[in-house]
Amino acid sequence: MDRPIRVLVAKPGLDGHDRGAKVIARSLRDAGMEVIYTGLRQTPEQIVAAAIQEDVDVVAMSILSGAHNHLFPKVVNLLKEEGVDDMLILGGGVIPEDDIPFLIESGIEAVFTPGTSTKDVVDFVTNNLKR
Amino acid sequence: MNLEEQLLKGSKRACARLITMIENNDKEAIDILKKLFYKSGNAYVIGITGPPGSGKSTLTDKLTKELRKAGKKVGIVAIDPTSPFSGGAILGDRIRMSDLALDKDIFIRSMGTRGSLGGMSKSTWGAVKVLDIFGCDYIFIETVGVGQSEVDIVKTADTVLMVMVPNLGDDIQAIKAGIMEIADVFAINKSDLDGADKTKVEIEMNLDLNEKTDYRQPVIKVSAGQNKDIDVLLEKILDHKKYLEENNKLEEVRIRNNKLEVLKMVEEELMKLILDRAIEGDLIDNLAKKVTLRETDPYTAKDDIIQLITKGE
Repeated sequence: MDRPIRVLVAKPGLDGHDRGAKVIARSLRDAGMEVIYTGLRQTPEQIVAAAIQEDVDVVAMSILSGAHNHLFPKVVNLLKEEGVDDMLILGGGVIPEDDIPFLIESGIEAVFTPGTSTKDVVDFVTNNLKR
Repeated sequence: MNLEEQLLKGSKRACARLITMIENNDKEAIDILKKLFYKSGNAYVIGITGPPGSGKSTLTDKLTKELRKAGKKVGIVAIDPTSPFSGGAILGDRIRMSDLALDKDIFIRSMGTRGSLGGMSKSTWGAVKVLDIFGCDYIFIETVGVGQSEVDIVKTADTVLMVMVPNLGDDIQAIKAGIMEIADVFAINKSDLDGADKTKVEIEMNLDLNEKTDYRQPVIKVSAGQNKDIDVLLEKILDHKKYLEENNKLEEVRIRNNKLEVLKMVEEELMKLILDRAIEGDLIDNLAKKVTLRETDPYTAKDDIIQLITKGE
């Protein structure tokens, strides 16, 4: 691809820790991507508005607080309502294995839990873009 | 989606997509800009520059909120550096503007410099035009945190706001050439810190040495973090706008900016032409090697490359 891949890295919900999100952001940067980082405590509405204005290829969200089953699908649905269907949506953070099938079914294309190598994330993004 | 129609209807998605296409040198997007160019020129462009960490994003956030109180539609282009190694970038200025994202009359776009020097991205001009056609009344361009000589912002903006913080250096900094010369308005941010008054005095004294004109750059102490005196700063920015308008100087500024924009584009195109040819047959690499081995000198090597273009095939 002769243009940089643009990725929104966002922290939905109320947890106040973003070291993991920053590590992922840095890895994507080192892989040549433009990473728009929106910071802590974002609402799904804010994430969707930023994703649209920044015209990103990928929305990557990280949650540690346990609210993933609620917040991740909400972002997927809001994007759908806005008519956006060409963004790759990813989740990550402290997420129990048992919850992953539901998230995938809701439209999150992949879920990365602690211990995932950053290379795997970069490879997944590179190989699964929708445009 | 028909981007042109959608942009004119005020679609944020169309606006965003067009900016992306401009960044990627997409011909279709450039054709749309050519066609709609006559609709631009209504937005007032404010450049915000200053050293890294001086609070440019927070200040942009607060100034935008002031303008929103007056019902204005605002566009923001926030630029951060691209890695010279990977080509990647972390664009983090939105963090300071989170609660603006949902306002239907605000559009924020982050950009990497993608190799441009001077504190801007070469696509900034294009993005500003898109936002202008999109209907923004005011457009902020927030440069990357600049050093001492990244003055390109002045070539794009109607008003240049220079954000300083107290205690950045000794008093010789204020009289050096470069970035200090381009400002129309100075903001001393984080003015609750010690040294704010001293910084203000140093800048004022420097301005005293300028040739007397009918416009004197104001120096305003503010605190973006505490939302203090932002209204005063905006008033000074708008005073500069009024000054330009009332003295027929806005057109002068815009002619200067447009001239530089066109020249910059020509320069870029020529460089590409030259590089494309110089890379053929490893000419540039061979010349560099010869210069290193003292088989030729850089001046002759330059002439060799220029000849490629002026031969006029």
